[in-house]
Amino acid sequence: MLDQADTIAMDVPPEADSGPTRAAGEEKKIKTTGRVTVNKPIITARDVNVRYGDKHAIKDVDIDIAYNEVLAMIGPSGCGKSTFLRCLNRMNDTVDIARVTGRIELEGHDIYDRKTDVVTLRARVGMVFQKPNPFPKSIYENVAYGPRIHGLARNQVELDEIVQTSLRKAGLWEEVNDRLEQPGTGLSGGQQQRLCIARTIAVSPDVILMDEPCSALDPIATAKIEELMDELKENYSIVIVTHSMQQAARVSQRTAYFHLGDLIEVGETERIFTNPRHKLTEDYLTGRFG
Amino acid sequence: MDTAEKVRAGLGKRYAAERRFRLFGMGAIVVALCFLVFLFASIIGNGYTAFQQTFIKITVHLESEVIDPRGQRDLHKLRTADYGALVKKSLRAQFPEVSGRRDKRKLYGMVSNGAAFDLQAMVMRDPDLIGKVLDVWVAADDDIDMLMKGHIDRGRPEAERRLKDLEVGWIDRLIADQRLEMRFNSAFFTAGDSREPELAGIWGAAVGSFYTLLVTLLLSFPIGVGAAVYLEEFAPRNRWTDIIEVNINNLAAVPSIVFGLLGLAVFINFFSLPRSAPVVGGLVLTLMTLPTIIIASRAALKSVPPSIRDAALGMGASKMQMVAHHVLPLALPGMLTGTIIGMAQALGESAPLLMIGMVAFIVDIPGGPFDPATVLPVQVYLWADSPERAFVERTSAAIMVLLGFLALMNTLAVFLRKKFERRW
Repeated sequence: MLDQADTIAMDVPPEADSGPTRAAGEEKKIKTTGRVTVNKPIITARDVNVRYGDKHAIKDVDIDIAYNEVLAMIGPSGCGKSTFLRCLNRMNDTVDIARVTGRIELEGHDIYDRKTDVVTLRARVGMVFQKPNPFPKSIYENVAYGPRIHGLARNQVELDEIVQTSLRKAGLWEEVNDRLEQPGTGLSGGQQQRLCIARTIAVSPDVILMDEPCSALDPIATAKIEELMDELKENYSIVIVTHSMQQAARVSQRTAYFHLGDLIEVGETERIFTNPRHKLTEDYLTGRFG
Repeated sequence: MDTAEKVRAGLGKRYAAERRFRLFGMGAIVVALCFLVFLFASIIGNGYTAFQQTFIKITVHLESEVIDPRGQRDLHKLRTADYGALVKKSLRAQFPEVSGRRDKRKLYGMVSNGAAFDLQAMVMRDPDLIGKVLDVWVAADDDIDMLMKGHIDRGRPEAERRLKDLEVGWIDRLIADQRLEMRFNSAFFTAGDSREPELAGIWGAAVGSFYTLLVTLLLSFPIGVGAAVYLEEFAPRNRWTDIIEVNINNLAAVPSIVFGLLGLAVFINFFSLPRSAPVVGGLVLTLMTLPTIIIASRAALKSVPPSIRDAALGMGASKMQMVAHHVLPLALPGMLTGTIIGMAQALGESAPLLMIGMVAFIVDIPGGPFDPATVLPVQVYLWADSPERAFVERTSAAIMVLLGFLALMNTLAVFLRKKFERRW
């Protein structure tokens, strides 16, 4: 299997992630090791396939996401973990050639149904991106933007309150409360990323998707974000894509290992890291490739 | 040979190539600057004298028998009175020795035809002046102006001069009497076109240009930006949008005269819009500037980082909200720059306007976009085509005014870009 991975053709999806995927004609369903279901899921994904033109980026992925948990998705570059994450709030819609099939349900409602409104969906499933991307507006405006467009605050007082609570929850209030009118782009990288988190939680989503949120940050800023995720899981479900296995081990309750578009193994984070059952998972975790 | 030696061996050649390129670059800039200096020197050298004009002081008696024989102060009567006769009379009084029809006509030709209109305007403004004797400075004829500015050489034989010895003698007497001097040529900035150089001004063309550009801006900016936003943010990427893109790029390179012919056929012949009107000029220039604005606006939209779009969409903003709240404000400085550059292009355009009749000789200042008008570059063309020597300096002066407006607009573009440019 490993040798194959090294020698087969390189299929590169047009996403940021790139790397080898399985060559055509070799399609056979890989059964996921470990239990993909949970007792009370907020999101259930079944038979999810994503194709970018001819490239098959995600293959028959089944997985549940529970309430109040942090699910970490790990795997080598190009394994499709970011692609899968972007399916959960339909950000793949913005890629013209992406085609998603299968069924993803948020609290029992198919999010790819014709009747599902993508604006409502994204208000419930928020997203934090790899590179901090605050709007080039003031800190206040950054956080107030979501509540404003969704009409969550009836007046200025309520809006102020939402902004303050969101910044507090994101652990940023103490640092910025005296300069809310300054541009969000003037903050440090770690502060910017926490601002993006504050912006996301300002619309009180049910799920927060994080796409390598710490890859552009230094270790201290990273530690702060990880701490924050631990607090946030009290109220939200968090799905995080990360390249750092240590981070996955530190912040998540469950871990999913992706490889070349297949979901190889899912399980309790502790179990995965101490006792991986699939050969590929073990090889990846022990650093034999990645 | 070790690596360091090999590197050293090729080093001289590498640096020489760099030096050569620098020299070429500097040489090109020096040559360009030389041409620029030459251009400005010749325009300003030819044109600066147009801002001065020779005036003659005449002593006029505003006789009530001529202006208002019945004393009714009827405005119509005041307007139609024979002020020219008063001017002539005052000149005869100034030079009582002149006799004979031919000499007298020469004498009357000393002052501009505009002198009578000056008197008329004075009387209309203040009818109480009637009956008084006044000293009035009136514009001299353009030949006298040219003599004063040295464009007519006194040293040449009389037969080769436009001004004969007799007239030169009168001029010298006027100078000696301090009745002739150079003054600021305010008519140039306030009057419309005229067949008499000393009365011709740039204001009519400037107003025409203003109305034309106003129409162009009001149409091309919203349409151009809207088209760019739709093509860049909403339209699907397929064969049709590819064809549209190629066509827009091609339209930017179409000779402007073709747009003029199109405007003539469509706006004037088919829609029967008025000839020579700024509104048609504006429509034609809109067609011409749209590709520029669309291309610049699309480039500005492309330069907005996709992460901002992701952020907005990820927050649950609709596509329209994403564009209106985030993308457009960031792209606007670039769009404005493109628009102003397009406008500057339109301001300097003359060929398509010739086609729709804006080359007509129009004396009145246009009162709106539907009045016949001409524009600055066409005015330059018209004056450059006129035979009188005095139009040479006016042509250059008009070019200076046009260049001034262009420089102003480009400065504005740079200023706007610097002011609203946002970094992140």
